[in-house]
Formats: sequence, C-alpha cells, structure tokens
Amino acid sequence: MALTNDEYIRLMETAKKLRHEMVNITMEAGGAHIGGGLSALDIMVVLYFKYLNIDPAHPDDPDRDRFVLSKGHAAIAYAPVLAERGFFGKKLLDDFNKFKSPFGMHPDANKINGCDASTGSLGHGLSIATGMALGARLQGKKFRTYCMVGDGELNEGSNWEAAMSGAHFKLANLTVFVDRNMHMIDGPVEKIMGLEPLDEKWKAFGWQVIQINGNDVKQIADAIETAQKATEKPVVIIAKTVKGYGVDFMENQTAWHYGSLDSELAEKAHQSIDKVYAAMGA
Amino acid sequence: MSKEITGTTWTVYDANTLTQNEIYGRVLCELGEKHPEIVGLSADLAKSTKIGIFQEKFPNRFINVGIAEQNMFGIAAGMARTGLLPFVSTMAVFASMRAAEQVRTDICYQNLNVKIIATHGGVSFGPAGTTHHATEDIAIMRSFANMTVIVPADGIETANAVRAAVDWPGPVYIRTGRGFEPNYYTTEDYGFKIGKSVEIREGTDITIIAMGITVLQAAEASDFLKKNLGLSIRVINMHTIKPLDEEAIMKAVTETRRIITFEEHNIVGGLGTAVADVIAQSGKGCAFTKVGFPDVYSEVGYPEDLYAYYKLDANGIIEKVQEVMQKDFEEDENWDDEF
Ligand SMILES: Cc1ncc(C[n+]2csc(CCOP(=O)(O)OP(=O)(O)O)c2C)c(N)n1
Repeated sequence: MALTNDEYIRLMETAKKLRHEMVNITMEAGGAHIGGGLSALDIMVVLYFKYLNIDPAHPDDPDRDRFVLSKGHAAIAYAPVLAERGFFGKKLLDDFNKFKSPFGMHPDANKINGCDASTGSLGHGLSIATGMALGARLQGKKFRTYCMVGDGELNEGSNWEAAMSGAHFKLANLTVFVDRNMHMIDGPVEKIMGLEPLDEKWKAFGWQVIQINGNDVKQIADAIETAQKATEKPVVIIAKTVKGYGVDFMENQTAWHYGSLDSELAEKAHQSIDKVYAAMGA
Repeated sequence: MSKEITGTTWTVYDANTLTQNEIYGRVLCELGEKHPEIVGLSADLAKSTKIGIFQEKFPNRFINVGIAEQNMFGIAAGMARTGLLPFVSTMAVFASMRAAEQVRTDICYQNLNVKIIATHGGVSFGPAGTTHHATEDIAIMRSFANMTVIVPADGIETANAVRAAVDWPGPVYIRTGRGFEPNYYTTEDYGFKIGKSVEIREGTDITIIAMGITVLQAAEASDFLKKNLGLSIRVINMHTIKPLDEEAIMKAVTETRRIITFEEHNIVGGLGTAVADVIAQSGKGCAFTKVGFPDVYSEVGYPEDLYAYYKLDANGIIEKVQEVMQKDFEEDENWDDEF
C-alpha cells in the first residue's frame, strides 16, 4: 500500500479541514465554484501533501514538480491547499474575490506563490502542462508535471490536440487527472456533450489509463505511484468523483457548480462534512 | 420593422426586475415566434448567458455544443449557410478570443448572417479575473470586415439592438454585461438605429462619448457638473462602434472642441481609438482623451469597485472631464483652411 496509516490519517484530516475552510471562503467571498472544488480537493491534497516535490520556501525552484489546475475555477480548493502547504498565509484568503485580491475565482500565477499557471479559460492547461513536461526533458530535468482537467472541459478540442502530442512525444513524465464528476454548468456531461467511452478515447490517443475513485485518498495515492513508474506513455487517471463531495445538499447537483452560502447554509455544510468524515472514522 | 415583430415592449419596470441578459433571452423568444429560421447556440453557458430562455421555449431549435466555442462558431457558420439565422451566446472573452478565427474566417469572411450576443463583457464578471474579463473584444471584432459591433447602454437598449440585428444583414456582435447593471433608458422609444448615436445630453463645452455602462454614468456626471460648475457637457451614447457615427463625432469636434471617451475596454483599439481615427483624419484640432483600461489586465474585484478604480463611474468621469477642460490644444480661428 502506498500510504502508511499515519499518512492516511493526516491526509484525511487535511482534506476535512480544507473542506471546512472552503465553505467559509465561499460564504465570505459571496460565491464560488464550490461543487467542482469539492470534487477536486482530494486529488490536490494527496499531490501537495504527499507526492509533489516542492518547497514553499523556494517556490521558484526550477527543479520542482509542476501542477497545472486546468479547471481553474477550482481555485476555491486550490488556494486553501497552497496556503495550508505554506506558500502564503491563510489571512490572504479573507479577501477572496474582492478588490485587488490576488485570488479571484481563477488562479493567477503572477500573483499567487506556488501557482504554476494562470488558468480559468478551459482547455488550456493540458497544453501548458505538455510544454512543462517537454521543458523538463529538453533540459534534462527530473521533475514531473501533473495536470487536472474537468470532464466537461474535455469538450474543448484543444485537450485532444494536447493528448495527441503527449503520446507522440512519449511524455511519461506527464500525468493528467480527469475530475470525472459527471456534471458541467448546463447539466450532466453525458447529456450535454457525452465523453464515453472516455477510457477508450484516451487509450486510442496513446495514453496509459488508470481508473479510480477520485475522492478516495488511498486510491489516488496508488494511482500516482503507478503513474510515476511510467516509462513510455503519459498517464491519465480518470478519477470518478462526486461533484460537491462532502456536503450532502451539493452532491451530484448540477446547480451547485457555482453557488453562495449564507451562514445558515454554511452551518449545514459544516455539519455534513463532519458527518461524512465521522463515518469514515476521521 | 422592429415594433411589428415584438408584441411587447420593455419598460423600466422590466429592466429593474430583469437583468440585461434576461431581457435578451425574452426578446429572442419573441423574435423566434416570428422568425422560424432563428436558432440558438451556446457552449455550456445557456443558463449563464440567458439564451437558455430561448432554449426552454424552442428546445428543438437550440444546440448546446458543450464547452467548445470554436466548434460552436463553425457550426453556426454552417447552419447560416443552410438558411438558418443563428444567435450564438457565450461569454465575450470566449466569443472574441477563443473562437476569433472561426468568427473572422467562417462567419465574417463569408459574410454570413450570424448574430453573436456576447455576455459578461468588460469586467462585468469582475471577481472571476482576467480569464473572464473581455477588455479587447471590441478592438478584435471591429477589425473584422463585414462585422457590425454594438455595445448597448443597458437592458432596454439591448432589446432594441437584438431586434435591430435580425433585420440588419451580415454578422453582428452585441456585447452585454452580466448582472443587474443599472439602466439609463426608461422606455424603448427613443429611436434606436444601428450606426446612429444618441445625444442624451446637449452641451457646448465638451463632449463625452460613452458606450455600455458608462452611458448612465456620463449622464449623471454631466448633470452634476452642470449643476455645480455650470459646465455644459454633451453626452453621446455611441452604442454602435462599427459602423461608427462619424457625423456626430465631427459635430462634437466643431461645436465643443473637447472630446473625452469612456469605455469598459482597453484604451487600445476600442471606442476611443475609433473616435480618434475620425478626428485625426478630419484635420481638425481638438482636445482629446480616452479613458478605459490603460493597457493593463484589470484587477480582480466586484464591478462597482473596478469601475470606480478605473474612472469609469460618475465620480471618475467628473474628475476626468475636469482634467480635459484644462487641457491645451491649438486654437485656430480659421477652421476653413484646415482641410
Ligand atoms: C473556454 C471556456 N468556456 C467556458 C467557460 C465557462 N465555464 C466555467 S466552468 C464550466 C463548466 C466546467 O465543467 P467541468 O470541466 O466538468 O468542471 P467541474 O464540473 O469539474 O467543475 C464552464 C462552461 C470557461 N471557463 N472557459
């Protein structure tokens, strides 16, 4: 097993804590992309607190691992992850969305310590990540590049151009997570613009495909370790997730793609998060 | 023409209870009744752009392509080629940049009858940051031959513009905001015509040329400065950026000899640039300043805070107008010899 029991407990505690923080930030900010933030959080937690070779004291280290959050609207999860990892103080998040804040709904790499790419327009991140993976190879560097895309985001053709090049250039140092939460803005992904058979598509594009439950930290960890052993092909981890994971009234609700919370609703969200983690013994 | 297809007109009552884009969605439904050739397209933003209101009424005449703007504008071009009249809605940033080549080459080059209603223009989606701000769209769209570019002042003018677009041949780009931007107009009946600006305040000391959200702000600034400083400030609502109402601009040059433009756009390539072109080519001298985003990516923040910061609200306009009143320019009594 990839994780020790201590590591598992620590990751679960971190994810739980950050879910609570996301609820508070969403309330203070007047709204956020909380649904897709909650589905994506666990993957980011496992990457940032276990696998990424990064050092908050040297955020610009040229040899650091890279992470590109292509579904940039999940900044509501990403920003607290970076803060918790020590890239900046939590206090900065008080102004999320507000005037002159470094934190809008989408991450700005020039304003946020530890952020590797400015994203928010969907369908850009995978190409940027491909460039980083090539950058590592051309400079003989060992760092790995990780990217996360939304499933709705995969409607954009640019992803498939990048997928083609990732396989063509044999970028085994590139790993992509698909946050397969099955929902976009106007409805369920398969209803608006279907992707299935998604694993077959990636395979046909020349990628190694791993399928996991993307809200299960153990499965996420195992998948990353498998991806790290790749030698020939880039790896895509199709992570089946629940949009709004941890907050019962948001789960699998398309409408919670973006939403705001008053204090009463936020309280309900906090209670739900506690219940979910209590049931898992965390 | 527009009146006979409407059935209803939109008043300030509706405009206060409906957003600019909700009015758009409803007007498109009315138009859809009379025009079976109208079809709607969006890219996973049917709800956000309010073209979803048309979708609810005409589900069989609506195509959601998923998050794929380039594909969408290509599809719209193909549909137009078969005789349909596509209305395409996504955020302004994606219509003008993600799909720019499809709009230019597939739609404008072929001079196809496609109407683009681009929402979330300027910094109306302020907290979303630069990836969702559209402060270059007017420059891009007006550089495409055959394209008509309109920035309505408010919801009521949006209703007028959308109706007028149906009868106006060729591609049209209409840029709207996002939410409850306050209205300038109280009724639709003020003679909206594509390509013809509206003088909403008379004046002789200086002319403000405004578009979009700055129209209301300019009117308020004009009223304030008249009352408090006795300044006579003409305000022009330049709702159509292309084709541009050159006559109104030249009238302002000769009659007020001071012009200031306000636009929710980069000062490079937008309304101010278009007005400057006209002035420069006329050979007439004039004090001139353009106000907008000074070739920067806007900060993050709620739109009201950003408008204040970039001097696009009434207070900012008051300040900027006073600056231009102090500005030197070469006085020349003998205007006739300048051409
Ligand atoms: C190019 C582009 N088009 C449209 C949007 C608006 N938008 C933001 S999020 C979103 C839906 C994303 O769905 P998905 O990728 O499944 O994200 P998730 O459900 O994981 O939040 C859309 C259409 C955008 N950000 N970028």
